[in-house]
Amino acid sequence: MSANMATSGSLRNRLVLILVGGAAILAYLLFFAIRNYATQVAQQGQDSILSASITSILDAAAIQGDVVEVDLPYAAFSMLSTAFDDQIFYAIYQDDAFLSGYETLAIAGVAARETVFNTVDYQGTQVRVVTASRTLIGKDKRTQIRVALAQTQDALAGTLRQISRNAAIFGASFFLLATLLSFWATSSTIGQLNRLTNSVTRRGPQDLSPFHKPVPSEMLPLVTSLNSLMARLDHTLKQSEDFIAEAAHRVRTPLATVRSYAEATLQRVDKEENRQAMRSMVRAIDESSRAAGQLLDHAMITFRADHLEQQDVDLSALIHDLVERLKPIAEMKDLTLRLHSDAQVPYKGDAILLQNAVRNLLDNALKYSPSESVVDIHVTCTPNVEIRVCDSGKGFPKGELDTLAMRFKRGMNAEGTIGSGLGLTIAMDVAVAHNGTLRLSNQAEGGACASLLL
Amino acid sequence: MRIIVALTIWILPQLVLAQDWEDRRLFENEGAERTLRIISSTDTSLFAPIVEDFLSKNPEVSVEYLVNGTADIDQIFRADPDKYDLLISSAMDLQLKTANDGLALRLSDVAHPPWAQWRQSLFAFTSEPAAIVVNKAAFADHPLPRSRQELIESLRARPNVFKGHIGTYDIRQSGLGYLFATQDARASETFWRLMEVMGALDVRLYCCSGDMIDDLSDGTIAVAYNVLGSYASVRVESEDQIEIILPSDFPTTMMRTALVSKDAPQPEIAVEFVQHLIRLQSDHSNDVFLLPSLRAQESDVERATIALEPALMTFLDKLKRRRFIGEWENAVIQK
Ligand SMILES: Nc1ncnc2c1ncn2[C@@H]1O[C@H](COP(=O)(O)OP(=O)(O)OP(=O)(O)O)[C@@H](O)[C@H]1O
Ligand SMILES: [Mg+2]
Repeated sequence: MSANMATSGSLRNRLVLILVGGAAILAYLLFFAIRNYATQVAQQGQDSILSASITSILDAAAIQGDVVEVDLPYAAFSMLSTAFDDQIFYAIYQDDAFLSGYETLAIAGVAARETVFNTVDYQGTQVRVVTASRTLIGKDKRTQIRVALAQTQDALAGTLRQISRNAAIFGASFFLLATLLSFWATSSTIGQLNRLTNSVTRRGPQDLSPFHKPVPSEMLPLVTSLNSLMARLDHTLKQSEDFIAEAAHRVRTPLATVRSYAEATLQRVDKEENRQAMRSMVRAIDESSRAAGQLLDHAMITFRADHLEQQDVDLSALIHDLVERLKPIAEMKDLTLRLHSDAQVPYKGDAILLQNAVRNLLDNALKYSPSESVVDIHVTCTPNVEIRVCDSGKGFPKGELDTLAMRFKRGMNAEGTIGSGLGLTIAMDVAVAHNGTLRLSNQAEGGACASLLL
Repeated sequence: MRIIVALTIWILPQLVLAQDWEDRRLFENEGAERTLRIISSTDTSLFAPIVEDFLSKNPEVSVEYLVNGTADIDQIFRADPDKYDLLISSAMDLQLKTANDGLALRLSDVAHPPWAQWRQSLFAFTSEPAAIVVNKAAFADHPLPRSRQELIESLRARPNVFKGHIGTYDIRQSGLGYLFATQDARASETFWRLMEVMGALDVRLYCCSGDMIDDLSDGTIAVAYNVLGSYASVRVESEDQIEIILPSDFPTTMMRTALVSKDAPQPEIAVEFVQHLIRLQSDHSNDVFLLPSLRAQESDVERATIALEPALMTFLDKLKRRRFIGEWENAVIQK
């Protein structure tokens, strides 16, 4: 059933996709957030050292007489040592005149008490430049000392590389963990659905009772509707069962009454013309009665086949009873019924259905074989369970073997015999309901053979 | 083309000759097509075995070895960085500034401990302490000074003996002398007192270790301050009239460094030479490397070694240098 139903994607895949996708996006964002933050912190680190260094340089500036002296402290450069051996450049200006250091290092215009940071290109590499100034007051003049201090960013880049690597590892492991979690979450969610599916599938065919096991609240509406659907189904089924029994009763009884009246009337009518008419009437009634019986049987079989009851049946005993019951009818036609059966043929199936099927086969054998002949009935359980009814009549009409089991289909040889064409149909339906087949064949020495292979 | 070649052949020697060298030697391999030009402050006598060893392993190369004082080679190199392959000097501060200024090639495939190299462009290969070298004769009946303080006391005790008979670097001329002086001054005030005492005794000022040790061994001076122990020890083996004293208070130790010019004409050979140097200094079993190798310093007091760091540029600052030399002159030249 589910195999040919159209699906609209998988819930599990959708869940996993959303969760894993979300985790991936989060991990990606996390990576960039950490890296950006680290970049800022690392840059701040470099800036604060540069700032401390430039402050110590400015502090060392003094006016002696008329000359500005800058007694560069050893620590000013020493504190700028990095593991990556970054280069250092500096320039000292008095007002606008170059005093010392690297003359090519451009100096930004800075107001007093202001420290300016820039990232610029110097000698082909990227450097961080800090610029600051200090006003010195001499005997009779004020002068401004401006210092620019630059450092390459190898150590910074190294730190960032390492942080990026760590952030990447962090992001990747976050992603991995989130993925594992989402798989776990998905399978535990879907697991609930699977459990419900299993408990639906595992139920017996007649079991239409509601589900009582606790389910997650989200699945409650589904289970509730399922339960109400089953309740309605149960109700409908019971109704149609009743209807079939009722219909059988209502049709058969009046037909029997009509037939007995017709028989009685036939006794009393003398005129050949009228007798003929009465006989036709009885015959028609027989046909109708037979048809009604077979129709109801067929309906009953269809219903029971849908809700197959699996009971332990001994086919040998079952068929023995049946044969015994049919013996009087056979004797009326001088027919001998011969039962060849294994001592016990145990089988799991619906006894009523099986009996009905075999009765139809026997019925045919009695109907379509000549008087004073033999009908052989074989019941075997090896290699497979098989019930075979063979007569010694003319056999199934050739060319119709394939179609005889169709509904209302009667053979060419059926003319003159009462029947509805449902007998083989019933036998086949029963075989199919038990996962078996009905096989029709003609024996080489004459006579039809119908086998129920179960 | 031929004219240009001819011109170059004619002009090159002119240019080279135009430069005055303390020493200049061509180590030739027969049929060598390429010549490595090393500009160095290290005496040829100490360096020749290293070069010869290199030549024996690289038969296709010749080496031209040019020697001058540390301050001079710095200027010469900076003027034409494309004429020289290798710059070897004991003035760590000048070397570091050269590297900082981007004139040195970064050598990514030279493995060297971080403390012995800077920016993969400046490589230390010796560690040599500054020593007080005395003529034993002058201390025949007197105890040898073991520290700067004791030296001050010895000099003060016998001014008439030492007047005019002590020597040290002229830090205005010698880059190494300036490095030692600034590091001494950084370490202790004793340095200034010693300079004042030496100044009062009419100290003789030298441009280079070699001259100073020559004067010491022929008795012209009795005490030489801040001489390279390595240079002196070469002589101690032959003449036992001098004594090398490593001051016990704070020995100042310098590392000789090499760098490859970023415009080197023969960069591959230069890199190989640096690797050769580093290999030799760490291999104690050879008799080629006459300089004290780096290893010796590891076991010593580490503080004593001047660190290869940008702070070395501090005293090279124009203002700072002017000020320092001013103070030094005040102390030493008391006229
Ligand atoms: N044993 C048989 N020998 C020969 N023909 C047979 C035999 N059994 C069945 N047939 C043929 O197969 C046809 C179909 O059989 P089926 O039992 O379905 O219908 P029916 O016997 O005609 O009617 P009914 O529904 O009353 O049994 C028959 O009409 C007959 O032609
Ligand atoms: Mg029939």
